Amino acid sequence: MQLARVTGTVVASVKAEGLEGVKFLVVQPLDRRQQPQGDPVVAADAVHMAGPGELVYVVSAREASQALPNTFVPVDHAIVGIVDAVEELS
Amino acid sequence: MKVGRVVGTVVSTISAPVFEGRRLLLCDGLDAAGEPDGSYLICVDTVGSGAGETVLILDEGNSARQVLELETAPVRAVIVGIIDQLTVDGELVVPDG
Repeated sequence: MQLARVTGTVVASVKAEGLEGVKFLVVQPLDRRQQPQGDPVVAADAVHMAGPGELVYVVSAREASQALPNTFVPVDHAIVGIVDAVEELS
Repeated sequence: MKVGRVVGTVVSTISAPVFEGRRLLLCDGLDAAGEPDGSYLICVDTVGSGAGETVLILDEGNSARQVLELETAPVRAVIVGIIDQLTVDGELVVPDG
């Protein structure tokens, strides 16, 4: 899983079967110091509570769809948690 | 599998159910010399690893679910071991030679 910042929302009324009711957000992947890293991606919101500006963690690839009620859907990034804090251990 | 070092924890109240009650650790990926290679992963800890420890990380969904004994789970990265010693090209990488 990787850290990401929610930067936008996506509205799509025509979607692949199984994606009805799934909320999509634009997220910017971050490095571990929470600086932007790479290009933004569209992720399904599996926690139903993420919104723009929030720090989240994202699971990618095949496992992303397993975060959704219907696990056999074409999704490759999913928000699986909202981050309260990242605590650096010393 | 990958070799990483535990550098932090991720605290999350709102998460997918599979993460409830599980420890999420922030791990730096290490190169063959044992130095951070710039990559990182947020991993589910299954072995009780702690700060600064060098760990063995699985980053593949099927194996992760097998380790967690779950049929479906949106999890890819899990810590499956704590590395006591790592030798590369005859050089002791962990613990620091």
